[in-house]
Amino acid sequence: MECVDLRIKVGQIVFYIVMFFMSLIMIYPFIWAVTSSFKTTAQLYSGNPFDVIPNPFTLYSYKKIMEILPVWRFALNSLFLSTLVPVLQIALASMAAYSFARLKFKGKNVIFLMFLSTLMIPGHITLIPNFIIMRVLHWTDKYVALIVPPLVDGQNIFNIFFLRQYFLSIPKELEDAAIIDGCSFFKVFKSIILPNAKPALATIAILSFNTIWNMFLWPMIVMQTYEKMPIQVGLAYLKSAVSTNMGELLAGSTVAIIPTIIVFLVFQKYFIKTIVNTGLGGQ
Amino acid sequence: MMPANEIKVADNATPRKRIGRITMAKREAIAGWLFILPILLGFLVFVVFSIIYSMVISLTKWDLLTPPVFIGLENYAEVFRDERFYQVLYNTVYFVIGIVPTVLILSMLIAIGLNNKVNKMANFFKISFFMPNITSSIAVGMIWLWIFNPTDGLINTILFSLGISNVPQWLQSTTWAKPALIIMRVWQMWGYYMLLFLAGLQTIPQTLYEAAEVDGARKWKKFRYITLPMLSNTTFFVTIMLIIGAFNIFEAIFVMTEGRPAGTTNTLLYYIYYNGFQTYRMGYASALAWILFAILFALTLIQFRLRRKSEDM
Repeated sequence: MECVDLRIKVGQIVFYIVMFFMSLIMIYPFIWAVTSSFKTTAQLYSGNPFDVIPNPFTLYSYKKIMEILPVWRFALNSLFLSTLVPVLQIALASMAAYSFARLKFKGKNVIFLMFLSTLMIPGHITLIPNFIIMRVLHWTDKYVALIVPPLVDGQNIFNIFFLRQYFLSIPKELEDAAIIDGCSFFKVFKSIILPNAKPALATIAILSFNTIWNMFLWPMIVMQTYEKMPIQVGLAYLKSAVSTNMGELLAGSTVAIIPTIIVFLVFQKYFIKTIVNTGLGGQ
Repeated sequence: MMPANEIKVADNATPRKRIGRITMAKREAIAGWLFILPILLGFLVFVVFSIIYSMVISLTKWDLLTPPVFIGLENYAEVFRDERFYQVLYNTVYFVIGIVPTVLILSMLIAIGLNNKVNKMANFFKISFFMPNITSSIAVGMIWLWIFNPTDGLINTILFSLGISNVPQWLQSTTWAKPALIIMRVWQMWGYYMLLFLAGLQTIPQTLYEAAEVDGARKWKKFRYITLPMLSNTTFFVTIMLIIGAFNIFEAIFVMTEGRPAGTTNTLLYYIYYNGFQTYRMGYASALAWILFAILFALTLIQFRLRRKSEDM
């Protein structure tokens, strides 16, 4: 019996060691990138890829990138979009979800199926036509172009289904009572459904923040003025401006990833729970 | 005679209360439409109309400077004559073959290893494995540019220190550029699929394993006859998503190679972007987009058929 126990224990220890090294492999690039963004050029090119302590600690790279492009403006733009768009997405998706979950009207099933079927159409199909629509509407190079299209993209359509599922699980008695008392549907939606759906709404908000912050292709083809670019696009422009200067690229990358990492670490339960329950939420 | 405002409620029926001349049911219908209206309008324009518009554009020759010219199916014919299309197709398939089995096996095995371990260490592992997934591929791509740097990047420095002098030139080599991208994407993606497998594993009842233990089954048998079959739904879902994901690599290519060297990392999606937004061939790019859709659709259909066949067996 003791032999088997020992074998299991050794197996466990080996497993944990392997997992630990795997964790290291996953996190190390981030640790290296962030710490290296605070190094001097000399230390960066000193040739030791395991050197993670900036010595001396310097903001040189950050100062340099600010001279080339308005990086902090990029970050601000992204912050603005990543907080505004999720709110609007939630507003639109939750209203539609409530309608699908609770309200009866002719054509409801047709529209529901229509939404459902387009989830299977990949985003690259609508890329070019939407770009041309932006030109026609004179929305190119305006924030509207970055705010409105995400309200109807695949992710928000999925949000409708996600929220509908959640709303269906809210006990109907509350709403029925309110309606009999004369509440309008909007009041029911605002005062009963939404407050009872906070975890679902929070989940969407957090995942959406991440998606909007990481937006790249659409903003790149739709925006032209530097000052309006979100961070990921700005980072790509930084690369073409700076080309191989390691410290500066890493400083830009750090600005581009730190917010998502912080949000992820604080709210990891939301990310992981959504994936485990619905399968969606990955890249 | 009942008072006009008395409510008759039957089971699940909407109360037939009359307010003015509008029945409750009508109010509900109006509300139903109003709640949907904002997103429906946007949807009709940016999804429904867009999809149809895309089909129309694919039948034209359009550079955005001059008006579009209708050329019928000429774009599609040209795609099949385009040498670069076949190279792009080959590259894309290469990525699929490199990524799908690797991530499948890696994420499944580690999910099994981490299954039912609820301690803080296991949680730390899960978080660290999934973290690369939520970061932007543009920023991550920049970091991996350094990792793959042929002279002082992380990987080659390690290889040098192991005594290997003939190291791959990674993103600058026509042989190693695709494997480099595969490594980077596997690194970034597998954590998410591991979580999917963890979810799938949670649905397997412990009693099955206990019964097997009573029968004297050891690890391999348990895996082969319980875990693997019970995971078949998850595996199926993961495989489909992985294939689509492998087709969708874009940002990594954009920031790390731009399709180079010599077009060896050019994929269908990147080629669509190149045609649409670098050479402004809107019609051709749209045709490519529909071909990509057709390929993905066909692949998904095939997988569903295969699955149904295997379930019938």
